[in-house]
Amino acid sequence: MIRKFLTLRNIRRTYAVFFFTLFLILIGITNFRSLKGYEVSLFLEINPLVALSAFLTSWTIYKGLVLSLLIIIPTFFFGRFFCSWVCPMGILNQVVSTFFNRRRADDEYKINSYRKIFRIKYYILTVLIILSLFGALQTGLLDPVSFITRSFVISAFPAFNYWSGWHYLKQPLFYGGVFISTLFLIVLFANRFLNRFWCRVLCPLGALLGIMSVNPLLRICRNIEKCNNCKKCLKNCHGACEPHSNIRISECLVCMNCIENCPEGALRYGLSDSLTAVHTPVDVSRRRIIEAAVAGIVLFPMMRSVVNSGTLPPHSVIRPPGSISEDDFLHRCIKCSECMKVCPTNVIQPALLEAGFEGLWTPILLNRVGYCEHNCVLCSMVCPTGAIMTLTVEKKTGSPPYKKPVKIGTAFYDYGRCLPWAMNIECIVCEEVCPTSPKAIWFQTADIKLRDSRTKPLKRPYVDPDLCTGCGICENKCPVRDLPAIRVTSIGETRSEKNQMILKGAV
Amino acid sequence: MNSKGIDRRQFLKHAAVTCAAASAAGVWGYLYYSNEPVNKRKEKIFNFKNYKVEESSVYPKIAIVHGKDAERITRAAIDRMGGITRFVKPGERVLIKPNAGWDRQPEQAANTNPDVIPAVVRLCIEARASEVWVTDVSVNDPYRSFTRSGIEAVVKKAGGKVKINTEHDFVLTDLKGDILKIWPVSIFYHQIDRFINIPVVKHHSLSKCTIAMKNLYGALGGQRNRLHQDINASIADLASAIQPTLTIVDATRVLKRNGPTGGSLSDVSIEDTVIAGTDMVAVESYSIRFLELNTSELPYISIAENKGIGTSDWKSLNHYETSLG
Repeated sequence: MIRKFLTLRNIRRTYAVFFFTLFLILIGITNFRSLKGYEVSLFLEINPLVALSAFLTSWTIYKGLVLSLLIIIPTFFFGRFFCSWVCPMGILNQVVSTFFNRRRADDEYKINSYRKIFRIKYYILTVLIILSLFGALQTGLLDPVSFITRSFVISAFPAFNYWSGWHYLKQPLFYGGVFISTLFLIVLFANRFLNRFWCRVLCPLGALLGIMSVNPLLRICRNIEKCNNCKKCLKNCHGACEPHSNIRISECLVCMNCIENCPEGALRYGLSDSLTAVHTPVDVSRRRIIEAAVAGIVLFPMMRSVVNSGTLPPHSVIRPPGSISEDDFLHRCIKCSECMKVCPTNVIQPALLEAGFEGLWTPILLNRVGYCEHNCVLCSMVCPTGAIMTLTVEKKTGSPPYKKPVKIGTAFYDYGRCLPWAMNIECIVCEEVCPTSPKAIWFQTADIKLRDSRTKPLKRPYVDPDLCTGCGICENKCPVRDLPAIRVTSIGETRSEKNQMILKGAV
Repeated sequence: MNSKGIDRRQFLKHAAVTCAAASAAGVWGYLYYSNEPVNKRKEKIFNFKNYKVEESSVYPKIAIVHGKDAERITRAAIDRMGGITRFVKPGERVLIKPNAGWDRQPEQAANTNPDVIPAVVRLCIEARASEVWVTDVSVNDPYRSFTRSGIEAVVKKAGGKVKINTEHDFVLTDLKGDILKIWPVSIFYHQIDRFINIPVVKHHSLSKCTIAMKNLYGALGGQRNRLHQDINASIADLASAIQPTLTIVDATRVLKRNGPTGGSLSDVSIEDTVIAGTDMVAVESYSIRFLELNTSELPYISIAENKGIGTSDWKSLNHYETSLG
């Protein structure tokens, strides 16, 4: 009985359920209440594509990214097992394909046959790798783990929160969130037409693992003497790797379905022997690869000759505390949204074009949504790639032994909108909530002559740029809600040498 | 069907269905015809309960206890006021409102001392209260505020329940004030029988101090940052709308400057005092001494006094003061 259940396919399914559940749990606990030092970014860290491309942009394998060896090394032995056994995106796409793409037996063979478009992923990988080599990390746009993490943080979990009523405090809001949700749904919907469309056609991580497993030690072996060419092995094939002929190992997701489906017992997983059919190499013409590489090389200087956050500091690109300098930040950030999930005030938002095209979906702070909690360093703890480097509360707030707090921007008054300045109305909420000690916002009491020539003592606020950390709570709590009378811009941020205004405070 | 067309039965059936659809459309138009572009349901407006217990001349109106052990002086102050059984009857649900507004640690004195609160929670449970809730609408992230202030842990240990206000936990409530009319208020205030206010004594730039009456800000949701525009009238309105069963002021340590957020230990002074009282204005008027203020500097106290909430001249009341080792 147990022996009957313990088929390779069922073992793979068990792993898939385990890893997908783990993925959901890890995202679910990415908040202040549950984050107790768990490795919540695990799936991003074991991801070889993130490790490799972030290595190419900055020549380091940062901390947890060394865990990617847990996937890289076994891939040389076992082939592209990650896709069907571990990858949450692969597992989700497979489940969606199974449920929403039911076909007549005849068509099932066709839908699981190899197609030329499967080459696209190798070209995508080539472009992303070339860009990384030149220091433009765009892997996160199409890396499956970043993609699904971002989609879950920005759309799936908020949707779940909305219907279940279980949220941290309030329904999270995300800037341009519907864009990310729509892409996610389109990718899932594509399975309606072609099983595992994402994995077979687009996935650059799949392509990378495919290249790593051109000749793995263990593979699906077809015994040419037993095989009668019935093609039943194609019925549930995940990768469309043609196990019925000369298997395309780089497409094979090691799902083991073909072994279970073969009525002749002609397929097995193991070392090849003299009766094993040969395998087909990666189906990519050298010419196309070179074209893609040239495209990458041509694209790069174009991307560098634009106004973006790397070339000119934009006022609205306020990065989370602990972020490294903007150039390096763009070399490291994979747009995974982990920081957006963990942020207790929801202030960290996916940028649209604020930081230029390269900075799409990188984290920026929108103080109208939240503010940076003074004693909170959670975003720096979950970042898998070190774009936000780990902070301690002492380092962030500048408590001993540290001399200066981490500054992410500076607050400026818009005196034309500030109630005590523009309308002679008592307020100074900004001063009340200012978290530094002594407060960066201070005030002077002045006797103001009113319209009816009465005088009224009024407290009028000022910012001390030496003390202001740019946390934005003043902007967030300002009663002038639509366009607050005090706003934070990125100038003076600790991480930048260029984005400074004051001589004596210059880094 | 015969060759001439439809038969009678078919015609009647078809005609009946068509008429039914047509009349349904007519009824829909009739029922929902309106001069308003949007159909808004009226939200229910709540009123505050009376949390107060009957006055008694036997017990003092205000009890001041000095001493090092925060839990012990808190218990002593409540004992002197007539014991917790005077205020909490068996089966009643009690809400405790500390100041847990800020993501700060206990020694920074921005929030109520986590040694004072469990004493009250335990007393309420000893008095067989059905439930003891502890709540605040924090300015910083509430979970961080309750956790890092140490309040959540001690409340749970003492057997109380921390109630965090999420965005759905506010209901419109009529404060019947001079400037505060209808505001969103935490629904917990409408689900309890007794209310104990446990503020901390702190400096505040605009109102000069935040003690018992200003602590009631933490019942409100909505855009309460607008209350600063007339802070004295707002505080008095709040104090008249929400009159606690008992006020227990934590002056074990006092934030003298840079309030109400604080952050530096050099701004904190250790005063080792707890003040309990049923007269909020009297308690407030006593507590301002820790900030070197007097009642004439605080307009909201005289407004509150004129509204009949209490007496600022606490010495004229039956009061009690002692010091425990």
